[in-house]
Parts: sequence; C-alpha cells; structure tokens
Amino acid sequence: MDTLHSRLGPLRRSGRHGGDALFKGLTAAFAVLIIALLADMAFEMARTSRLSLAHFGWQFIRSTNWDPVRDQFGALPFIYGTVVSSLLALVLAVPISLGASIWLSEFAPGWLKTPIAFLIELLAAVPSVVYGLWGIFVLCPLLRNVVEPLLGKMFGSLPLFQGARQGFGMLAGGIILAIMITPTITSVSREVMKAVPNVLREGSFALGATRAEVVRMAVLPFARSGLVGAVILGLGRALGETMAITMVIGNRSEISASLFSPSYTMASVIANEFTEATGDLYLAALAEIGLLLFAVTVALNIVARLLVWRVARSPV
Amino acid sequence: MKKRLLPFLLSVAALLVAWGCDKKAQPAPEPGAASITPPAPENIALTGAGATFPYPLYSKWMSQYHALHPTVQINYQSIGSGGGIRQIMARTVDFGASDSPMTADEIQKAPAKLHHIPTTLGAVAVTYNLVGLTSPLKIAPDVLADIYLGKIAKWNDKRIQKENAGAKLPASDISVVYRSDGSGTTAVFTDYLVKVSAEFKEKVGQGKSVKWPTGLGAKGNEGVTGQVKTTPSTIGYVELAYAAQNKLPVAQLKNKSGQFIEPSIAAVSAAAAGVELPESLAASITDAEGEKAYPISSFTYLLVYADLHDQKKGPALAEFLWWAVHDGQKECEALNYAPLPAPVVAKVEVRLKELKVGDKAALAGL
Repeated sequence: MDTLHSRLGPLRRSGRHGGDALFKGLTAAFAVLIIALLADMAFEMARTSRLSLAHFGWQFIRSTNWDPVRDQFGALPFIYGTVVSSLLALVLAVPISLGASIWLSEFAPGWLKTPIAFLIELLAAVPSVVYGLWGIFVLCPLLRNVVEPLLGKMFGSLPLFQGARQGFGMLAGGIILAIMITPTITSVSREVMKAVPNVLREGSFALGATRAEVVRMAVLPFARSGLVGAVILGLGRALGETMAITMVIGNRSEISASLFSPSYTMASVIANEFTEATGDLYLAALAEIGLLLFAVTVALNIVARLLVWRVARSPV
Repeated sequence: MKKRLLPFLLSVAALLVAWGCDKKAQPAPEPGAASITPPAPENIALTGAGATFPYPLYSKWMSQYHALHPTVQINYQSIGSGGGIRQIMARTVDFGASDSPMTADEIQKAPAKLHHIPTTLGAVAVTYNLVGLTSPLKIAPDVLADIYLGKIAKWNDKRIQKENAGAKLPASDISVVYRSDGSGTTAVFTDYLVKVSAEFKEKVGQGKSVKWPTGLGAKGNEGVTGQVKTTPSTIGYVELAYAAQNKLPVAQLKNKSGQFIEPSIAAVSAAAAGVELPESLAASITDAEGEKAYPISSFTYLLVYADLHDQKKGPALAEFLWWAVHDGQKECEALNYAPLPAPVVAKVEVRLKELKVGDKAALAGL
C-alpha cells in the first residue's frame, strides 16, 4: 500500500484529476442504476399487487387455498414449498460442495485441479430445463423405484418419509436444486480457500499438524466468512430457481410433512400461471407472490449477512 | 493504476463511438440496393399475439401467405391466450388469438367491439400408462370426472371395468396427472368435465388453472407426457396434435350418442359440425351431439376488432383471414389440426364480409 501511495503521490499533486472524477462518477452511476432497478422492481410489483393486498390483507400469507376459478388466493403453500425445498437443497449440497472444494484446494494433485474445477463450472452452465428433463426421465423414476422405498423401509416411522411414493415431489425438487447449486458453492468455496495465505499452512505443518488438522485449524477458520458467502450465493440460486423445480416438484398447493408429497414453489406458480392469468385479482395475486418471493429472499439474505458478520467478528 | 486507467477509458469510449458509427453506417447501402430493383409497393406488417396451441399452424400460414403476398409480413407471438386477449384489448397488436372465447367481463371491458373468428379445431386426448393393456382404454364421462375428482382411485374399479370387459386392469392406484401451467388445454378439458359431472362443476369448476382435488401437476404437454410415460398406472391429458406426434396411447371416450370414439381429425370436425354456431361464432363444442363426434374438442379463435381502423392494415388482415379459412384449411391435417366444417366456414365468410375499416367494408377488394 505504501509503495503504491508514494507512486501515486506525484500524480495527485500534478492535478490530473479529470480522469479520476470521470471514473468515479461513472462507477457511481452504475451502482445507482442497480439500486434504482431493484427499487423500481419492488415498486412495480407492489403497485401491480395493490388489488390483492387490499382484498386479502394478511389472509394472503395465512391461507392455503389457491383456487383461480373462485378467485380465492392464499400463498402459504408456496412460501412453505420455496423455503423447505431451498433448505433441503442446502442440507444436501453444502457437505458435498465443501468436501469437494477442500479436496480441490488442499489434497488434489496439481494436474487434476484445473480440469476438475473446469468440469464443476461446466455443471453450472447447464440450462435448467435440461436438469428438469433429466429429473423427469431419470431422477423421479429412480426415486420412486429405489430411493423412496428404501427411505420408507429405514425411516418409515418418521412423518418425513411416509405417504405415496410417486417420485415427483418435495424430495425430487430438493435434490434437483442441490445438484444445481453444488457447482456454485463448490467453485466459490474453492476460490476462498485458495486465497488462504500459504504461510498459515506452512506454519501449522511446522508445528506438527497433519493435513486434516491444517484444514480444520488453519484453512477453514480463515475462510469462514467467504464460505458462508458461498452458501448464500447457493441459497439465492435455489430460492429463485424456476424451470427445473417446476418440472419435478409435482405442483400441488398443499402443505405436507412428507418429503414424498408433491409441493409447489413461489417461482413455479408465477411461471405456471402468469401467462394465462386474465382476471385482475388473479394477476394481482401472482404479483403479490413475486413481492413475497422478493421479501423472503431479502429476509434470508439479511439473516445470512448477520451470520457472516458474527462469524467474521468472532476470534479465529 | 491511475496511469493506465485513462487510456483504458479512452479506448473504451473510442470503441463505443466506433460501434455507434458502424450501426449508423449500416442502413446506408439500402437506398442504393432499392434503386436496382423496381420500386416495391409499400410493405404492410401485421402483428398478432396469443394462444400457443395453434402456433405451428399459424406460423405455417403466415410464411405461406408471405410467399403468396410478398408485401404482407405477419408476425405472431405465441405468448398464451390470456396475453393475446390482454394485448388485443390494449390495441398493442392487430389481432389476438385465444383457445377459449373471451368472457363476458372481458368483452365488456374491451374498448370496441371484438369479433371471434374460428380458425381451426383441436382436441384434448386422454393418455395413460397401463402395462399389459392391449386394447385401447374405454372411458365413460362420469368415470373420467370421478377419476379427476379422486373418487375412483384404483384401476380395477368396477366402473372402469364395466366399459373394458375382457381387459386386464391392474389393482394399482390411479396416479392422476394434470397441467400445472395455465392452458387452453386445461380450459377445454374442464369445460367438458363440468358438463358431464355436476359434482366436478361444484367442487372444481372450469378454467385455465383450477384447484385439482387430486394428482400431480406437470408443466406443458411435454411435462404431462414425460410423467405419464415414466410412471406406471398414470392417466393424463394432452393436446391431440401432441399425442399424435408422439404416438401416445389414447383412450376412447364415450360421446353423447353412447359411442366410444377415438380422438381423430375426422371425429373433431364431426363435433364441430354437430353444434349450431351462435351469432358470436364463439361456442363450446365439448360433449357435442353426433354419432362420430369426439367429446373433448374445441375451436381456436383469432380476435379482431369489428372496425379494423387502419386503412392499409385493415384490408390486408381481412384478406389474410379470408385466405386462412379457405386455402389455409388445407394445411390443417398435416399438422394434426381439424379443418373447419363447411357450415362454419360459411358463417365465418359472412362475418369477414362485415368487417369494416371506418365506414367501408374491409374486404372490398374481393
């Protein structure tokens, strides 16, 4: 920093501020543009959903009845479906992603690191409709014929694993989401761990630590806040995912304790019903779901930020 | 850092300027090119939006019509019937398209009188996945409604077996699949079910999206097909054209005359012939009379204003519609749509002759 500062010193004194001011103004304009876009979207959604907000009030997020024919709209099953499927995806994806990124950054032989990292990033580029079709033709039959009977046999006493085994449902949705967010979490975590200074690793080795201990005591604590950030990115993708999960979750606006039961997410119901919704109240209700999705995303992000903040402040 | 920044920004700016000039420079050669060819008559661009179901047929029509009349360019966006109705009501398009007629409420809210022009016919096929069933499944209307109400839950139910004497039906649960996305297909299917079952009418009702009492939702024809194909003991409904292209097993449905009818182009046209079209030309033809009528059939419509308003576009649109219900009908069968029966075409002819541009008939040229 010091050297950079001393190098810039003469420049600053020579009064060449024009480019700097322009650059500053330009970047500030871009930042404002993003915020303005976000604010405008929230405003537009609130405006479109006025009718529904006025008509249903709080009932909208308490009711489980979604009946377009009778103009009755309640969003609780969609909120439940979105939150549970995303959390299920995190439960499945976080251990796999963290494991993979630890191996990639700490253990993998050098010649393997780049091709594997490349393949993982390739996974993130697969269009979600492809994941959805794979879900219909491969994952769901597999779940129905093998996984769900097995889970039913082993943990059938838990309400989580009871009910008809149809393949399509919350479990399939959570698994598809987990597969889709794994590459995101893995590649970000790998970058974060790569950024851990080698001095820390070397110091720990010098103190006689094993490789696992180095990871546990030097790498992970240092990378903590970055890792939480990676998980938040994954969660964001899971919350907003539409196409793939719509194709496998079963699309029923019901709340059921069983992971085998069909469910529905907020993004899915908008994608499914918006194009053909004609009634004013119907459109307003769908817009209000959009607004709710916005609110849920913001809320979960705030919680995650607070978590990062606490983690970052606690002693290593 | 700062030293490099300014040249960088300058070069970005230079690139932007160059790009802008390039864009401006592009149209320049056109006047030269036009002077070689003889001066073309003015081009007319018509835009439309709406139903996805007739899209393959419409896009074929529009490219053929453009080949016949090079000055008329028709653009159609298949954004869904609901969007089609909204856009024609907002006058952002020259014509709309919808699988189901506009509701009384929508007609009332429209800024001016809109006409429904039936263009072709489609049907909804009931498809299933039953291992070991060799003959086509036969279903009576009340049985279909009760399956979708969740009241008939097993394939070997007495009421299903009654119509399928001799067929080996499994003792498994019926897994019901419906369209999760709002669609004309669901609208036609539920239109049929509310006609044949009072209980369905009361509990579920008719619409593009309804609250199904049982089953799983799949997105699009392809989603329903995928779910039915991969899951044994399922039943679902898809567009006839889609079922035919994918060679799906389709059930024979009992029509009003008590005949079991397989969905086919002829059976759909027969359903349309059995219904007397009202003044609006918009009619439901589900559960139609007629020995050979397939009961879950429907028209699809283009929506145009009675006064087409635009001096150039109006006549061009009316002429295209005239062509579509005459020569255009020959294209239907190859794409698995049913052509309009002659009595319907006769009624549409009368309606097209009534279309106006200001106070003149739009079809004056014919």
